[in-house]
Amino acid sequence: MTITGIAAIGAGLAAIGAGMGIGRIGGSAMEAMARQPEMHGKIQSSALILAAFVEAVALFGVVVAFLQG
Amino acid sequence: MDLITPEFGLVFWTLITFLILLFILRKFAWKPILGAVSDREEGIKDALASAEKARQEMENLTADNERILKEARAERETMLKEARDLKAKLIADAKEEAQAQANKLIEQAQTAIESEKKAAMAELKNHVAGLSIDIAEKVVRDELSNKDKQLKLVENMLGETTLN
Amino acid sequence: MTLNTLKRTVFTVLFLSVFSFGFAEGSKEGGEDKEFDAKEMILHHVKDAYGMHLFDWNDHPISIPLPVITYTDKGLTMFSSSAFHHDYHGHEIVERNGQKFVNVHEKVYVLDEGASSVEFDAEDHPTNAHRPTFDISITRNVFMMWVSIAVLFLIFLTAARRYKKSEDNVPSGIASFVEPLVLFVRDEIAKPMIGEHKYRRYMPYLLTIFFFIWINNIFGLIPILNGANLSGNIAFTFTLAAITFIITTFSGNKNYWQHIFWMPGVPVPMKIFLMPIEIIGMFVKPISLMIRLFANITAGHVIILALMSLIFVFKTVAIAPVSVAFSLFITVIEVIVTAIQAYIFTILSALYFGMATEEAHH
Repeated sequence: MTITGIAAIGAGLAAIGAGMGIGRIGGSAMEAMARQPEMHGKIQSSALILAAFVEAVALFGVVVAFLQG
Repeated sequence: MDLITPEFGLVFWTLITFLILLFILRKFAWKPILGAVSDREEGIKDALASAEKARQEMENLTADNERILKEARAERETMLKEARDLKAKLIADAKEEAQAQANKLIEQAQTAIESEKKAAMAELKNHVAGLSIDIAEKVVRDELSNKDKQLKLVENMLGETTLN
Repeated sequence: MTLNTLKRTVFTVLFLSVFSFGFAEGSKEGGEDKEFDAKEMILHHVKDAYGMHLFDWNDHPISIPLPVITYTDKGLTMFSSSAFHHDYHGHEIVERNGQKFVNVHEKVYVLDEGASSVEFDAEDHPTNAHRPTFDISITRNVFMMWVSIAVLFLIFLTAARRYKKSEDNVPSGIASFVEPLVLFVRDEIAKPMIGEHKYRRYMPYLLTIFFFIWINNIFGLIPILNGANLSGNIAFTFTLAAITFIITTFSGNKNYWQHIFWMPGVPVPMKIFLMPIEIIGMFVKPISLMIRLFANITAGHVIILALMSLIFVFKTVAIAPVSVAFSLFITVIEVIVTAIQAYIFTILSALYFGMATEEAHH
C-alpha cells in the first residue's frame, strides 16, 4: 500500500470521527429544539458553531491527506 | 503539498484587495447603511417612547378626572351631611326654645295664679275681717251695753294675755 | 412538479454537463491520445492558474489572458499569459527581460542560465529552473477577486445611495435586499458574540469579511467562472485568518492576556500547565479558521468534479444521469455551504474578538 493510500484511510477515519460528533450535535440540537421550540434560533446557531469546531478536526485529517496528494 | 502552501502572489493581492474593499465599503457603504438603520431604529424607539408618554399622560388625565369627580362627590356628601346636621340642630334648637318658652309661660301662669290667689286670699281676709268687725261691733255693741259683761270681758282678756 | 421547474431542471442539467465536458476537453490538450486523468483535471481546477480559461471551442481553449508579473534579481517583468499558448507542461519558453520563463503546472519558473529547455526529475519537479523571487501575477483567482469586489461595490454602494436618497431611511430596491443581511450580521453575529457595547468597532470588518467570503464562495460554484476557486485557495483563507488573528491580538485586553499567560482562578501548577496550551490555542484558532474554509470549499469542488469525471473515466454516457444527479445534489448542498461557511468564518472571528475584549467577571 502506498503512502497515499494510507493517507486516504486516515482521512476516512477522521471523517468517521467527525461524522459521529456532528451526528451527536445534530441529534441533541433537534431534541432541544423539539423540547423548546422558542429557543430554535439560538440552538441552531450554537449547533452550527459546534459542528464547525468538530468539522475542523476532520478537516485537519483531510489536509494531512492533501499533503500526500 | 502544493495545495496547502499559500502562494505569495495571491496572499499579496488578497491583502491589498481586502484592505481596499474594507476601506471603501466601510466609508461608503457600512457607515451610511448602519447609520440609516440605527437612525431609523432610534426614530422608532423615540416614536414608541413618545406614544408611551402620551398614553401615560392620558392615563394621568383620566386619573385626574376621576380624582376630581371623586372629590366633588365627597364634597357633595359632606355638604349634604352638613345640611342634614344643621336641619337637625335647628329642629332641636327650636324644640328646646319652645320647651323653654312653654316652661316660662307655665311658670308665669303659675306665678300669676299664685299672686291672684294671694290677692283673693287677702281680699277674702279683709272681707272676713270686715265681716268679723261688723259682727264684732254688733256683738260688742250688744255686750258693751251691759257693764258687767264689759268688765268680765276685760278680765278675761287680761287673763288671757299674760305678761310675757 | 410544474412545467417551469421541469424546464429549469433540464436546463441546469444540460448546463452542468456542457461545462463538465468543457473541463474534460481542456485537460486533454497537449496530446489528443492522452488518457483522461481525473486527478490532474481536478487539481488543475482547484488550483490557481495564469489566464482565465472559460471553455473550449472546437478543441481550442478560449480563455481571458491575464498579466504575469514576476520580480527576480533582474527586476520586474510583465507579460501576458497568452504568451504561454495554454501550455502548462513547460514546453513553451517565453523570453522576456533576458530571462526564460516556462509554465509548469500553472507555476512560472525561470530557467537557469544556459538552460534551453526544462528538465524534470522523477517527481515531475523542474531541475534546472527556479521560482522567481516574487510572483505577483494577476492570476485567475486575483482576477475573479477583483470581479467579486466590483460586484460588491456595485451592490453595496448602490444600496447605500438608496438610503441617502430616501428621506425617512426606508430601504428600497437593492437596499431592501441588503438590509436584512446586514442586520443579520449585526444582530445574530456581532451583538451576541462581542457584546452590546463593543460590537460597533468590529462591524465594518465582520460585514466585509462575510460578504467577501460569501460572494467568492458563490462565484466558485458558477460553472463558467469555475476556473476560479478563490475561497478554496489556502492563500486567500490564510490572509483573511491572519487579519482576524491580528485584529484579535491587537484588541486583546488585560483580561484576555491574563487568561492566556496566567489563568486566574486555578492553582499555580495548573497555571503553568495551561500557559503553553493557551498559547498554542491562540494560534490554532486562526489556523482552524483558515483550514475550515479552504478544505470545505475545495472538498465541495473536488466532489462535484469527481462525480462529473465518472463519465469520462468510464467512457460511457450511460453513467451521465447518475453523475449529473449526484453532482446536482452536491451543488445544491454547496449552495447552502457557501452561506454557512461565510457565516461560520464571520461568527468565529466575532467570537474571537469577543473573547479578546471580554471584561473580567470573576
